[in-house]
Amino acid sequence: MRIAIVRESFGNERRVAATPESCKKLTALGFSVHVEAGAGEAACFPDQAYQQAGAELCSDVKALYGSADLLLKIRPPGQRPDLGDELALLRDGATILSFVWPARSKVLLDELAARGMTALAMDQVPRISRAQKLDALSSMANIAGYRAIIEAAGHFGSFFTGQITAAGKVAPAKVLVIGAGVAGLAALGAAKGLGAVVRAFDTRAAVREQVQSMGAEFLEVSISEDGEGGGGYAKEMSPAFIEAEMALFRAQAAEVDIVVTTALIPGRPAPKLWLRDMVEAMKPGSVVVDLAAETGGNCELTRADEVVVHQGVTILGPTDLPSRLATTASQLYAQNLVHLLTDIGGAKARDPERGDLGLDFADEVLYGATVVHRGQILWPRPAKAAPDAPKVEPKKQSDRPTSDKVGGATERFRQPALMYADRTPGNERGTTAKRAALTWVMAALLTVAYGILKAQGPDTGQDLATALFLERLTVFVLACFVGWQVIWNVTPALHTPLMSVTNAISGIILVGGLLHSKGPVASAPVVLGLLAVLFATVNVAGGFLVTRRMLKMFRK
Amino acid sequence: MTQAFLSIAWVVSSILFVSSLRGLSHPETARRGNGFGIVGMLMAVVAVMLAADVGNHVFFALAIGTGAGVGMVLAQRVGMTAMPELVAILHSFVGLAAVFVGYAAFLDPLQHGNGGRSILLVEIWIDVLIGAITFTGSIVAFLKLRGSVSGKPLLLPARHFLNGAMFVASLVFVLPFLMGEGTSALPWLLVMTAIASVLGVHLVAAIGGADMPVVVSMLNSYSGWTASAAGFMLQNDLLIITGALVGSSGAILSHIMCKAMNRSLPSVIFGGFGADPPKGAVPAAAQPQGDVVATEVATLAGELAAAKAVIIVPGYGMAVARAQHAVRQLVDLLRKRGCKARFAIHPVAGRLPGHMNVLLAEANVPYDIVMEMDEINHDFPQTDVVLVIGANDIVNPGAQTDASSPIYGMPVLEVWKSTRVVVLKRSRSSGYAGVDNPLFYLENTRMLFADARDGMEKVVAALGAA
Repeated sequence: MRIAIVRESFGNERRVAATPESCKKLTALGFSVHVEAGAGEAACFPDQAYQQAGAELCSDVKALYGSADLLLKIRPPGQRPDLGDELALLRDGATILSFVWPARSKVLLDELAARGMTALAMDQVPRISRAQKLDALSSMANIAGYRAIIEAAGHFGSFFTGQITAAGKVAPAKVLVIGAGVAGLAALGAAKGLGAVVRAFDTRAAVREQVQSMGAEFLEVSISEDGEGGGGYAKEMSPAFIEAEMALFRAQAAEVDIVVTTALIPGRPAPKLWLRDMVEAMKPGSVVVDLAAETGGNCELTRADEVVVHQGVTILGPTDLPSRLATTASQLYAQNLVHLLTDIGGAKARDPERGDLGLDFADEVLYGATVVHRGQILWPRPAKAAPDAPKVEPKKQSDRPTSDKVGGATERFRQPALMYADRTPGNERGTTAKRAALTWVMAALLTVAYGILKAQGPDTGQDLATALFLERLTVFVLACFVGWQVIWNVTPALHTPLMSVTNAISGIILVGGLLHSKGPVASAPVVLGLLAVLFATVNVAGGFLVTRRMLKMFRK
Repeated sequence: MTQAFLSIAWVVSSILFVSSLRGLSHPETARRGNGFGIVGMLMAVVAVMLAADVGNHVFFALAIGTGAGVGMVLAQRVGMTAMPELVAILHSFVGLAAVFVGYAAFLDPLQHGNGGRSILLVEIWIDVLIGAITFTGSIVAFLKLRGSVSGKPLLLPARHFLNGAMFVASLVFVLPFLMGEGTSALPWLLVMTAIASVLGVHLVAAIGGADMPVVVSMLNSYSGWTASAAGFMLQNDLLIITGALVGSSGAILSHIMCKAMNRSLPSVIFGGFGADPPKGAVPAAAQPQGDVVATEVATLAGELAAAKAVIIVPGYGMAVARAQHAVRQLVDLLRKRGCKARFAIHPVAGRLPGHMNVLLAEANVPYDIVMEMDEINHDFPQTDVVLVIGANDIVNPGAQTDASSPIYGMPVLEVWKSTRVVVLKRSRSSGYAGVDNPLFYLENTRMLFADARDGMEKVVAALGAA
């Protein structure tokens, strides 16, 4: 099967859907890869490298489109400045793998269907654990978040990190990230790495830990309402919550230097969160980076792909952030495509009758990602009520995220917490096992001791003594066990008092001294007993009193 | 009748002791727990005096009175910072008493004659053995803690062999001891006592200062076992029970301490930590590079004034300088300014388990802002300033990164993850474990060379003025 890789034609898009590295892997999957000359140039992948990787270079672009079974792209098919409509160049029944954004492009879906084509939308890959490796939204959001901070730094007139220099003190930049999805978290990480003081706000309580794990402060409003909307997106909140949220933002506006907004609600215009008065409350020189610019922007003053300066505050609304890291973005996207094609089954999945890829819709990833199949529009797939797709392993699809590259918490960030939770019960089991083992060891010791003593001889006096000894040994073992059980849960703060009280109690040995009190005062046992009592009592009185003194000091 | 009365008294005392230990597990019930202990002890002593076969009442009452008086004076006078020494020396008294009781039992003609003499003799032997080790070991621990003897481990070339030889000898000599008629075997008992005493000294002398918390709680455990052995010897269940309670609680405490230091119990018991070069050592990595950067009181006060979250990590240095009250004032000031100031306590900070908690409690620090290592370790990255006061090994990043470090693998407080670490220290010397600390050379670390109390008071004054 022939795969065509073409130059992206939209605006100043610099990414490319395949790298020399991914071409090798595609070839290994059984495809023959054909690359338009100059396709990877903007992403710093020269034609030569593609050739060396086993791809065929084509300068006749029309023929390239016409002969392709599969077209791999980044942007949805559209108009090429040189050749016009890309779809028109393709043969009927061809398959396209790219971002499709079906919610925004009904016309495109209809056209695809009319031509009997198949389209797999990278933006429709369900956000479940297994599909992480082909989750291009996350790959791109990660880059966008990072780049947002870099863009902000470019427009910000100071350091991110605080410094005390010989020439004076520089306060650290304060960065607020609204919406802690993949892009938000990446922005937090980048800002933190540059030394800024970072904060984040998100309506979903579940991301709190993720935010904190990035070393950022998680801002909260006093109203508790969970904005978990499924598929890693947030839902729209109640008016009371929004009011509290706005009050929080107003308070933050005066304080922070850089605001990055990443809030998106699937299938709807981006919520307006950073209003005109908040921009005006910011210090001159502050920067707002709006990652939702493509769907209208989170900031009231955002204009997509423009730099707006309002009362000294710079507002950026870039829509091509991943493209600005073209090399890395291409690598990650190309790898996502390779993973998707691997899941499909490579060239072996070719349907012998129709000549296109046979798609197994029992695989929920393919089921979700395929928006048009052999001329049939499959999108939107029936929504499912599960609020959190990753946790449940659904047979059908969860509600569809229909929006942009930013937003969405992935399973990856949850992993550590899960692993931790898994470990705890194991530990408990270990301790219980140890305790059980200890009990058995004690029992075994008792038995052995009994055997040895029994073997000593038939002397009846000895027998009686043996019985007595065993009785005492039993008492001893039980007491050890009680001590063991009682002490395990002591709080570390009380270790010292505990030790001094046990110390006092061990002064019980004075009873031993008292039992040697019979006889003439000058006799050795009595004198020794007296001495023992004397020292032991020092211990008893001193121990208890010191413990009392210590415990008196503990207060809440 | 008297025997029944005694038995009941034993049971009640035992229950009181168990309740006492149970009570000591939580701050709310701790004081009641101590009360239970006192009542249990009084009950036991009074019951024995009244009901058991006790003679020479006047003399023994006098001994009890004197002992109690001395103990109370000691307990009243001792400063909270000298608590480890007091506990150590009290342990030695228990050991000594156990030795005396053992000898008394051996020399007391009433104890002999009935069946099972060999069992009795073995019991005496064990009682004296553990008692003697506890006695001399505690004295060495006491001297080390007081500073009269160097905290550095004493490492004789063949120390493991010596320990083994002494231990085996003290076990083997039990055979001629058992052969002796009447009290004729006394010399063997004396010889063993001498060997056990030397063993006690040698065992503790080989242990470095950093391990002192474990040693003290091990000795605590020994003192319990010795009481228990005495109980076997005297056929007294109360002694057995109480001794076993104390013994096992001490053993568990030692176990907890060891886990906190990532050390095995045997390696602490047999000593020598901090001197052996570990296998696969990487000498090049051992020496941290770069310079330490000193800071001033005024700078520190400024940083604290600007901080939103501060964590204070106290160590033995705070105890030595008695700086806890100044530290309390600092925390009060910070909290008044709206700063989230808390304490992070490493399980083996100080020279006694829970040493820091006691000192902070003495200074009226509320215990709910005093956090344990596990509770607070992940908060360091969100902390503006960490103030390390007289602590060293417990904040050593080398424990995580430097496989050649003797403390490698010991859990430590990850203070270096915070924005700024200020280490308050008297001098540039290394910690009790004798390990250099790469923390001091880190970029976000500043050193404030001062006496802990002096330095803290100045910082409080500067912050109060700010």
